[in-house]
Amino acid sequence: MNNFIEFDTSSLWAALPEIFLLSAIVVILLLDLFLDKRFKQVTYYLTQLSLLISGLLAFNLIGHPQTIIFSGSFVLDNMASVFKVFMMGATMVAMVYSRHYLRAHSLFRGEYFVLVLLSVLGMMVMISGYSLLTLYLGLEILSLSLYALIAIARERADAIEAALKYFVLGAIASGLLLYGMSMIYGISGSLNISDIASFASSANLASRETLIINFGLVFLVIGIAFKLGAVPFHMWVPDVYQGAPTSVTLLISTAPKIAAVAMLVRILVDGLGSMHAYWSDLFMVLSILSIALGSVVALMQTNIKRLLAYSTISHVGFIMLGFATGTLTGYGAATFYMLVYVLMSLAAFGVIILLNKKGFEVDQISDFKGLSKHSPWFALMMLIIMLSMAGVPPLVGFYSKFFILQQVISAGFITIAVIAVIFAVISAYYYLQIIKSMYFDEADKDITIHASIDMRLILSINAILILAVGLFPDFWMTLALSLF
Amino acid sequence: MNSEQIIFYILSFWFVASSLAMIFSRNAVKAVLFLVLAFFSAASIWILLEAEFLAITLILVYVGAVMVLFLFVIKMLNIDKSTLRAKFTGYLSLGLIVAAIIVAEMSLVLGTNQFGLDVFSSPARHGADYSNITVLAMQLYTTYVYPFELAAVLLLIAIIAAITLVHRNETSRKKQSISEQVNVQAKDRVRLVSITLPNKEGK
Repeated sequence: MNNFIEFDTSSLWAALPEIFLLSAIVVILLLDLFLDKRFKQVTYYLTQLSLLISGLLAFNLIGHPQTIIFSGSFVLDNMASVFKVFMMGATMVAMVYSRHYLRAHSLFRGEYFVLVLLSVLGMMVMISGYSLLTLYLGLEILSLSLYALIAIARERADAIEAALKYFVLGAIASGLLLYGMSMIYGISGSLNISDIASFASSANLASRETLIINFGLVFLVIGIAFKLGAVPFHMWVPDVYQGAPTSVTLLISTAPKIAAVAMLVRILVDGLGSMHAYWSDLFMVLSILSIALGSVVALMQTNIKRLLAYSTISHVGFIMLGFATGTLTGYGAATFYMLVYVLMSLAAFGVIILLNKKGFEVDQISDFKGLSKHSPWFALMMLIIMLSMAGVPPLVGFYSKFFILQQVISAGFITIAVIAVIFAVISAYYYLQIIKSMYFDEADKDITIHASIDMRLILSINAILILAVGLFPDFWMTLALSLF
Repeated sequence: MNSEQIIFYILSFWFVASSLAMIFSRNAVKAVLFLVLAFFSAASIWILLEAEFLAITLILVYVGAVMVLFLFVIKMLNIDKSTLRAKFTGYLSLGLIVAAIIVAEMSLVLGTNQFGLDVFSSPARHGADYSNITVLAMQLYTTYVYPFELAAVLLLIAIIAAITLVHRNETSRKKQSISEQVNVQAKDRVRLVSITLPNKEGK
């Protein structure tokens, strides 16, 4: 109780990336107010710069021993730093793509960038959260910024609908998550993950205590599954992906997945790792349902954003499958899968945004018809991305699926691995359909590309990385495994 | 049963009753008023727990500010009750079944066996010189300073989001341009027109 004296400002360096980002947000917010319309680009460049500096600060903290500050509510460890660096990188790339989209649809406003930075701050808080309270606050900072970002296109009815759906369902999920947290807090007497871990792993746990932990666990798993978008808590994913402006869909489908996985690791692995036997069964069911539904329902989609939403659901299924194995290498494989998914998702939405131009919103598969004639290079990039998502070797999407299935089999769940493979093969059909549309159909409208050189360059690098990491997956895989 | 228990049961009864009344009342304004009663009963229970500051805050912030705002919003929105009710009865039977199952299942787990007084000791009583606010403030600004700051960021986002979504472009606003007003000169505002007056003599 009387640990007030412990607080020491010199320990704040561990939270330097967060502190810097928050200061930068306030400065950019004020500066944007006084900037003339002609200099609105300055906000964009400042956003990129603060993301870069914050990412470098996080990179600088990699390899530091575990440090817990703020009375146990903030943790700095390798996982936190690596996740933050990847999240910053993903957001920076997403911002490069977004700028093209925002210009094409006259949504280029200073608030957009401030809200993106705030959502990044929320994700950083989640990644470093070491008490249930900070994890929840980080989640709310992230979600609230995302609701506003979706609704920023307020002239479009579908964007408003998507924002409202996300908001209402997100509030219900937050309620379930909080209820689960209150149960865990009620029985363990602490909000700190380290205290909960030592409570849950103590040998003389009474059966009534195990019962309450399990009761809370179910609600926690539901809340996390909702945020990840796993079946049967996936209903918001397709509608939000379709309704939101594509640049926001791009953001939602990439960086927040890293934060959601971090929250999962903090609560279920760091905190309730000893209860693994109870939550892994839940995860097994959720992941198989996600893989099955994501693969089958996507077959009928004609809207490419909706199709990628269902593809996300099936990818999330694979990530959860890795956690369900309950082995450290399984967690590593799931983390690797998540990083690979973020890389692929960035590139896929990047190509969709690339085809956008003034007054022309690309969201149908048919919009890709004849792309290989007009732009053979970007058709090739899209080919790489789609084949990687389908899991064709030597692209990185193959290795991520391979590592997950390897861990599932070595954990003894052979039937589940077989089911996952069958659905992965079914899902290859709709990825191939996009390739067919690009290479074998005639274009029925003008699809010339009007994008700046930085967008073309980053997108090309992004897609080529999918191939490069696929050829040399060792470094990423070792990195992902070293986090656990 | 001692007097404290009697008070507790009276307050709890009003808490549960007003919550139910809030859900089932047909009139939105009445629902808000029942919610006020629910908050008030909850605050009274907190006072029994010796959390006086939180109880006062609940009444001041929720009853005093949030609920009044709520009433204004309801008055302004002019909700059509028939459309609101249209789907309610359709889902009522299914909803009641689901709710009953959930309540039955939860009460199996969350009985007095798990959280009763024989398992958890009752909260410690404090003397008259014990200040709830001091302890709360010490905790809030030391142990919980990080979540406290994060909550501030959350409020900042709410402000930015609200302004972003409601703010229209500048043309619809009537605002002063001070530099224009200061720099204005007589020739901008007053136009001198020379008029030749008609000759009095007629020719």
